[in-house]
Amino acid sequence: MPSIYEKMYSPKLLELFKNPKNVGEMKDPDAKSTEGSLACGDMISIFLKIDKDTQRITDIKFLSYGCAANIATTSLMTEMVKGKTLEEAKKLTFKEIAKEIGGLPTTKMHCAVLSIDGLQSAVRNYEEKQGLVKIPKVDESFVRSRLRHVMNPKLGRDIVSTGMLGEIKIEQGRIELDLDVSRAGEFENYIVEEVNERLKNLPTVKEVKINVRK
Amino acid sequence: MQKLVYLDNATTTKLDPEVRKAMEPYFTEYYGLPTAEYGHSFGLKVKEALEEARETVAKSIRAEAEEIVFTSGSEESNNLAIKGTAWASKDKSHLVTSKIERMSVLNVMKSLENTGRFKVSLLNVDGEGFVDLEKLKAAINKETLLVSVQHANQEIGTIQDIVEIGKVCRDRGVLFHVDAEQSFTKLPIDVEKMNIDLLSISAHLIHGPKGIGALYKRKGVKLKPVLEGAYHEFGLRAGAENIPGVVGFGKAVELVEETQIAHMRRLRDSLTEGLLKTSDSRLNGPKGDKRLCNNVNITFKYVEGEAVLLHLDMRGIIVTTGSACFSRTLEPSHVILALGLKHEDAHGSVRFSLSRYSTREEMDYAIDNAKAVVEQLRRISPVGR
Repeated sequence: MPSIYEKMYSPKLLELFKNPKNVGEMKDPDAKSTEGSLACGDMISIFLKIDKDTQRITDIKFLSYGCAANIATTSLMTEMVKGKTLEEAKKLTFKEIAKEIGGLPTTKMHCAVLSIDGLQSAVRNYEEKQGLVKIPKVDESFVRSRLRHVMNPKLGRDIVSTGMLGEIKIEQGRIELDLDVSRAGEFENYIVEEVNERLKNLPTVKEVKINVRK
Repeated sequence: MQKLVYLDNATTTKLDPEVRKAMEPYFTEYYGLPTAEYGHSFGLKVKEALEEARETVAKSIRAEAEEIVFTSGSEESNNLAIKGTAWASKDKSHLVTSKIERMSVLNVMKSLENTGRFKVSLLNVDGEGFVDLEKLKAAINKETLLVSVQHANQEIGTIQDIVEIGKVCRDRGVLFHVDAEQSFTKLPIDVEKMNIDLLSISAHLIHGPKGIGALYKRKGVKLKPVLEGAYHEFGLRAGAENIPGVVGFGKAVELVEETQIAHMRRLRDSLTEGLLKTSDSRLNGPKGDKRLCNNVNITFKYVEGEAVLLHLDMRGIIVTTGSACFSRTLEPSHVILALGLKHEDAHGSVRFSLSRYSTREEMDYAIDNAKAVVEQLRRISPVGR
């Protein structure tokens, strides 16, 4: 019986779903992160071993709660950054992951985004631990950069570059923003949820208010 | 050939070979249309076949033949029942339904509400999916035209107390529509005893052909057609009659036997028991007599349904999930959420639906493989460790 999944997913993605690489929990990692949420249906944990002198990722492991595309893109991401320096790893984009895996359906593009978020977040965790960076200030540009990771599956692109995100106001831990959902179609609720998820757990953020415009 | 264990019979079923045999002459031999009877004799045999099938379908729900309108299926019937009564009503402006109906009820309700002429009350259900009679009574008011409540749920198999709901509707003088797609021939339906005014059914869930169904419409209930045209189906549905479909529908109804229900119920119970042996799993919906004979719905914690589905698909087992990742809108099952469960309970939910062709060997194969797949995915999951 031919599989419908062969129509949806590339052979590489299916192979990595069946036999993911670098999977498992790491004992005593130098850095780790967990991104995504159970409520959204996808969540990953990333563990890093980093050589202090060369700043290279000597080992990387992941765990995944999610669909086939989530497991496969995260697996691929780990293979692509293993042996790379932190600076090199930070340059990897979700588009490169999507391309390398042989393409993703638009409704699954957020899986590649999540794998990059997990990586970035683990690297940040390392840098914070080593005192290399301070906790970022949550300002307008920071919010925008976080929301550049929210995809509108209808357009196959993120909500910032497609102009869905309007005015952002930040006052005493309260973020208020305008979101134009007129081109979101059936994904309206999903996008609103995602925006909320991306912002509510940021440091110093107490409240997120989304003004939905149709 | 690779093994195929088809456990998605709540979506559609395999055509019974007997049904196909009954349909065959109506493609190439008796291909006339009954409406042509006034012009020539060629449609006569077809007219007889159409009316015989109408009689068979009517009897199976204790209705009269002229109360059966053939449609393309139960979703069209839902449209015709709800839009049809709403459009035909001159004064009433309120509709009542439950939160766990199929989209062909919920979306029709929403679009009627969007016209500004109608208000819709959506009834909550309890943790097992049951509509509360007191809440129903409280929702009905002087403006209420119609109450629409399904017989059995498509995802979790909950069987509503249609007799009691029917009584409430009759007492309060409101129309009662029942979406019986899932329950038809699996549960006794008596439109008289149940005080049902409108009822939607499909052939393809009972091993009949796709593209044919019916709406039962009690005599005297006023309905405007959704598809307008000539005087087909008592003026309620335009379009050349799907004669092979109608004949197949009638045959499919004739082939139903009580023993098939008992068979499915036995397999359902052993499948449920076997699947619940996987740790951290729960049954969604009720147990026992208040659950449809062919429905099993299990949430496996700490895993996501699409991944489970794909692994099972690779092993030849066909099921569905309420996970957002599997839906075109990236939203989780509205039924599981209406039970008061969390999003992740919907993401991890898997529906297994049986048919009379299901076997004990298939149940064992499904149980063993589901356990193996869930355990495999849990080994790589960041939660529940």
